[in-house]
Amino acid sequence: MFQLIRPAVVTMALFTLILGLGYPLAITAMAGLAFPDQAGGSLAWDAAGHVIGSRLLAQGFAKPEYLHPRPSAAGNGYDPMNSAGSNLGPLDEKLIDRVKTDAIAIAKDAGGAPIPADAVTTSASGLDPDVSPQNARMQAARIAAHRGVATQEIQTVIDTNRQDPLLGFIGQPRVNVLAVNRALDARYPVAQPKGP
Amino acid sequence: MTIQGWAEIALTISLAVGLGWPLGAYMARVWQGQATWPDPVLKPAGRLFGRWAGVDPEKGQNWRAYAFSLLAFSAAAFLFLFAILRLQGHLPFNPQGFAGMSPDLAFNTAISFVTNTNWQFYSGESAASNFAQMAGLAVQNFASAAAGIAVAAALARAFAANRGESLGNFWTDLYRITFYILLPFSVLIALALVALGVPQSLLANVDAHTLEGAKQTITLAPVASQEAIKQLGTNGGGIFNANSSHPFENPGAISNLIEMAAMNMLGFACVVAFGRVTGLRKEARALVVVMAIMVSGAASAIYVAESQPTPALVAAHVQTTPNMEGKEVRFGAPSTAVWAAMTTGASDGGINGWHESFTPAGGGVAMFMIQLAEILPGGVGSGLYGIIVMALVAVFVAGLMVGRTPEYLGKKIEAREMKLAMLAFLILTASILGFAAVAAVLPMALKTVSTTGPHGLSEILYAYSSATGNNGSAFGGLGGSPYWNTTMGIAMALGRFGYALPVLAIAGGLAAKPKLTPTAGTLPTHGALFVGLLIGVILILGGLQYFPAQALGPIVEQFQMLALTKS
Repeated sequence: MFQLIRPAVVTMALFTLILGLGYPLAITAMAGLAFPDQAGGSLAWDAAGHVIGSRLLAQGFAKPEYLHPRPSAAGNGYDPMNSAGSNLGPLDEKLIDRVKTDAIAIAKDAGGAPIPADAVTTSASGLDPDVSPQNARMQAARIAAHRGVATQEIQTVIDTNRQDPLLGFIGQPRVNVLAVNRALDARYPVAQPKGP
Repeated sequence: MTIQGWAEIALTISLAVGLGWPLGAYMARVWQGQATWPDPVLKPAGRLFGRWAGVDPEKGQNWRAYAFSLLAFSAAAFLFLFAILRLQGHLPFNPQGFAGMSPDLAFNTAISFVTNTNWQFYSGESAASNFAQMAGLAVQNFASAAAGIAVAAALARAFAANRGESLGNFWTDLYRITFYILLPFSVLIALALVALGVPQSLLANVDAHTLEGAKQTITLAPVASQEAIKQLGTNGGGIFNANSSHPFENPGAISNLIEMAAMNMLGFACVVAFGRVTGLRKEARALVVVMAIMVSGAASAIYVAESQPTPALVAAHVQTTPNMEGKEVRFGAPSTAVWAAMTTGASDGGINGWHESFTPAGGGVAMFMIQLAEILPGGVGSGLYGIIVMALVAVFVAGLMVGRTPEYLGKKIEAREMKLAMLAFLILTASILGFAAVAAVLPMALKTVSTTGPHGLSEILYAYSSATGNNGSAFGGLGGSPYWNTTMGIAMALGRFGYALPVLAIAGGLAAKPKLTPTAGTLPTHGALFVGLLIGVILILGGLQYFPAQALGPIVEQFQMLALTKS
């Protein structure tokens, strides 16, 4: 038994150096050189050069002139420090009550159209950057009213930001919320009081 | 359900099985020490490694020496990781300034990663420093995967041997599997994932100011390097709490496909390599067929289950399908379903949607896949040795029916093999059902269970199934506590070593037996009949043991749900 201690300890030490430090640091260096944007978190900047978010992470858009993301169970909502789903079972009263309440709040947007399931369910990560195309189109009329443009214009912005499944079947059709909202601000700006 | 959804499921499983073939051929060469392309670098490095470690890399070990080496290595790994987790507050690469983990949490986490389980009672983004992730957890992702594959290689040599004793050298196997297979493929997968959007950064968090003027703190980490080996080594422990549903771990459909293929392909490859080493390719192909049929069946069942209307959506009068609670839009029902089947069939445990929020039938199938002993295709290495144990039971049952001494792959299966196989099997059952039964009545345990009734029981049963099966996925509502940290830690160790050690004992016995040539009286173990027999044995053994418990959890809850959603 005693003669096994040396190989065990030497192997662990070598593994820690090569696999624990060498491997991730080499990948970090290569990734930083070849794919600096992705390696740094796919950040998005405004015209002044401030980070406004990551293109891959949901944010809690709540103003009526913006496209709204799915509900989030990450921390107090959309918190990358606390990625999480609700982990409520399908029969849980808390889930049923929450979905009912959210559906009533959204019904005004929908204008009688059926509300898609993704609009009233929390995502797995709490940071789902996308909504379904039906969910996005359902919100077009509200956004249009608050930006003072025709609903059709908003539909067009949504449709140009729609990503379809690869080869028609790998993945699901989706619309990135931040991409739409940046495009909306660029094309149909809302006059709003500037912050300090 | 859509045609596209079914096509996506079929493509995903075909890809994993398809990649298993060339990888298996390569793996067989690595197991046997035959010439391979990394030799010019890795051969001399291996000799250096042997000298430093003080072992003769060519010297064969009997099963006891092999088993003791596995235990010594796992013990050293546990101590290294435990120390890092406790001391991370004083170690470098800690830009977020996390403190060390509590003793019970560090115990649970260290066992979890050493046993290839990767159950996580902590949230990576708020409790583990970059150093702990890289030099602690990710190292175990390599080491525990390599140790599992090493045991599989030893078992393959036992079947190939004719009155032999040696099962190979554990340290050589560990070195070769890690550096010839796991590391190069991890580098490729990691770089592909970065290109697709997975971050790889050692910088501290980034503060973003949103278009609405709110503040959002974006957590960065060396994600891609860890994600690659997490999937390739069927580990499953994510950098982030939300695991592979987090857009930073799994940003899109292609990364999803890569990660799914990665988590099953080495499991299939082990079986293919086993066929090459033993020279029994047709028999190995039959095992691949069993695995592929059963994981496809599970994926289909979960897809159907997750396309049912759920009570919340029915009550709210919105579109009632699919069940999107706890799922991401970019994956939807089909690729969340196939992921769930592959991760529970493979002892991976990474998730891209929360199993706790699945419909009862969907969550029940995922749990059942774990309870079938993680052999479909199973964890890297452990899946192969697990299904061989099942095959031994199957030929034994068949032998009883026709009154012949059972043989498998040219080895006579006798009382010793069957006793050890049943021992391995019963350790799993006793751990899963025993711990779950105690937790279901113990107030101290129930305190952190998130709900009551059948769903609460499912949460408990899933936890101990996952721990004992070394899976690591969870009904995530369950909270950690010293009680859970400790008992789950013990269950993980039982599931790993309570299975691997009897397997090595079987291997030792088989290696010493003469290799028989098949006769007219030998049960063929490569055709459709054997495939059917093996599936039957797996389902009946698993079903008989866990059906009563499942009936009180997911099954009764499914009927409750159907009553609520009846229109």
